[in-house]
Amino acid sequence: MSTTVPPREKTRQAARAGKAAPARTVRRGTSRHSQRWLAWAFLAPTILGMGLFTLIPIVASVVLAFFRWDIISAPTFVGLDNFAEVAQDPTVRVSFLNTIVFVVVAVALQLGLALALAIMVQEKLPAWLRVFFRSAFFFPLILSAASVSIFMRYLFNEQFGVVNWLLSLVGIPAVPWLTTPGGSAAVVILVYVWQNFGFSFLLFIGGLASIPVETYEAASIDGATGWRKHVHVTLPLLSPTTLVASVMAIISALQVFDQPYVLTRGGPGDSTRTAVMVIFESAFQRLEFGQASAIGVLLTLIIMGITAVQFRLSKRFVFYQ
Amino acid sequence: MTTTTEHGLASGPAPRLTEGLPEVRANRRRFSWNTAVRIILLLIAATLTLGPVLWTLSTSLRSPSESFKLPPSFIPWNPDFTSYGQVFQQLDIFLLVLNSALVTGLIAVGQMVSAALAGYAFAHLKFRGRGALFSIVLATMMVPVQVTIVPVFMLIRGMGLSDTLLALILPAIPTAFGTFLMRQYFLGLPTELAEAASIDGASPWRTFRSVYAPLAMPGMAIVGILAFNFHWNEFFRPLILTISEQNFTLPLGLVSLQGNLGTGSISVVLAGVVLSMIPALVVFMFGQRALQAGLTAGTGK
Repeated sequence: MSTTVPPREKTRQAARAGKAAPARTVRRGTSRHSQRWLAWAFLAPTILGMGLFTLIPIVASVVLAFFRWDIISAPTFVGLDNFAEVAQDPTVRVSFLNTIVFVVVAVALQLGLALALAIMVQEKLPAWLRVFFRSAFFFPLILSAASVSIFMRYLFNEQFGVVNWLLSLVGIPAVPWLTTPGGSAAVVILVYVWQNFGFSFLLFIGGLASIPVETYEAASIDGATGWRKHVHVTLPLLSPTTLVASVMAIISALQVFDQPYVLTRGGPGDSTRTAVMVIFESAFQRLEFGQASAIGVLLTLIIMGITAVQFRLSKRFVFYQ
Repeated sequence: MTTTTEHGLASGPAPRLTEGLPEVRANRRRFSWNTAVRIILLLIAATLTLGPVLWTLSTSLRSPSESFKLPPSFIPWNPDFTSYGQVFQQLDIFLLVLNSALVTGLIAVGQMVSAALAGYAFAHLKFRGRGALFSIVLATMMVPVQVTIVPVFMLIRGMGLSDTLLALILPAIPTAFGTFLMRQYFLGLPTELAEAASIDGASPWRTFRSVYAPLAMPGMAIVGILAFNFHWNEFFRPLILTISEQNFTLPLGLVSLQGNLGTGSISVVLAGVVLSMIPALVVFMFGQRALQAGLTAGTGK
C-alpha cells in the first residue's frame, strides 16, 4: 500500500523492528483505519453544523434571490426581477451609497488614528504607560455595540448631551447631532470608529514590533529623524500589516448594523440607512425574502470584489521584506 | 540601555560611541520634548476613549432626576443606587442575564469542544480530502452572517425551534475561525508526542485523549474567551431569531428598555448598561492577553 514511507512511519517501523511480531502489522492496519474513522468522528459536529447552518443557507440565499416569497404563499420564480427592483428602489440605492460613504470615511479615520497612536505608543515610553494606553485603546472592543450606542445617544443629545456641553465651552453653538442627516451620519461614524479603532491599533502594534531595530539604526546613521524616519522606513515596512488591517476594517464596516439601528434607526429620512439595515427591513418587516436575498447577494459580491482588488493591488504596492 | 526586542523604536543609534559629545545632549533634550507632546496626545486619546464609559458609570450612580445635569460628572462622588433598584423593576434583568449566560456559555463550550476536535483532525489525523475540506471551512469565514440569516431563520422555523434559545445557540456552534485557531495550536505541539504514544501502542483516540487534549487547554481557552466576548455582545441575530421578551438577551433587553423609557430616566438605562458590562470587564481583566492573541491570530506578522 505504501510506496513512499513517511518519516513518521519509518521511526515507527524501526521501533518495532526489534520485537517484530505478526500481530503488530495487523495492528498498524487497524490503526490507520481507526485514524480515518476518528478523523470523521471528530469532524462531524463542525462539518455537519457548517453544512446545515452555513453552506445550505448560502445556496438557498442565492436561489431565493430569483424568487418572490412572503413565507405564507408558495414562492414564485421571477428571474432577475428582484435585482431589477432592487436597482430601481430609491431606498436601496441610498442605503448602498450611505454604506460606501460610511466605509470610506470610517475606515480612513480608523486606520489613520490607529496607525498614529500605534507609532506613538511603540516609541520610547515608560512601560506602565505603554500598558495603560494599550489597554485603554483596546477596551471599547470588549463592549457590545448596542450598549455603546445606547450611552452615545445620550452623550450626543442636542440639549443635554456632554458633547455639546464641551463644544459650548469653546464657544461652538449646539450641534443638532441626531436630528439632521449630516449630524446623524457623523455620529454613526464617530461611534463606530470609537469602538473599532482599537482592533486596527492592535494589528499595527504587532506589525511595528516585527520591524527589526537595525533598520531604524541604519536610517538614523543615514541622517533620517522624526517623521522622515516613519515615512521612509515605517510605512513601507508596515505595508503588509496595513493591507491586512484595511481589508479587515473594510469588510467589517460594510456590514455595519448595530450602531445605526440603535442610534438613528436609519433616519432622519434614509440618511443613515445602511445595506444590512435594508436586508433586515425587507426580510423581517416587509416579508420580501426574495428581495432581501438579492440585496444580500449583491453585498457579498461587493465584499468579494473589494477583497480581490485589494490583493491585486498588494502585489504591486506592498513591500515585503 | 538594554534593547528590548518588543518595541523596535525604543533604542536610538548606539549611544556609547558618541557619549559626552554636545550633539547627544541636544539630541536628548529634543527627544524628551517629543516624548512630552506624544504623551499628551496619547492621554487625550485615552481620555476620549475611556471618558464615555466613566460618564456612563458615574451617571448610573446619580439619582434619576439628576441624570442629565450639566456639568457632567465623571467620578461618582456621592453614589446613589436608586437607578440600580429601578432597573430591576423596569426590566426582568435576572431573566436577561440568565438567557445571555445560557446562550453565551453553551456557545462557548460547544465551540471549544467542536473546534478542538476538528482542529485536531485537521492537524494530526490523516484522511482523504483533508486539504480540500479545510479550504472549504476557511472559505465560510468570508460569508457575512447577514447573507445567511434569512435561510437560517427558515431552517430554524422548519426545525420547530423559532423563538427559543436553541435558535441562537445551535447555528453558532460550528466555528471556522475556532477550528483554524485550534488547528494552528495543535500544529504547534511537537509531533514526537504522537510518535511516542503510538510506539507505546496507544490508539489514535488514546493519543488524543491522554496526550494532546490536556495540552490543548490554553488554545481552547482562547476560543472560549473569543466566543464569550462576541456572543455576549451580539445584537443582530437575537434581534431576528427571538420574538418574545422571555427569550431576549441582555443587549436586546437594554435597547428595548431605552425605547420604552425615552429620555426620562437615563440613569436607569445606564445602570442596566453598566450591569451588562460586568462580565466583559471580568474577561478584560483576566483574559485580555488571550483575547488579543485570538483576535489578531491568523492576520500574519
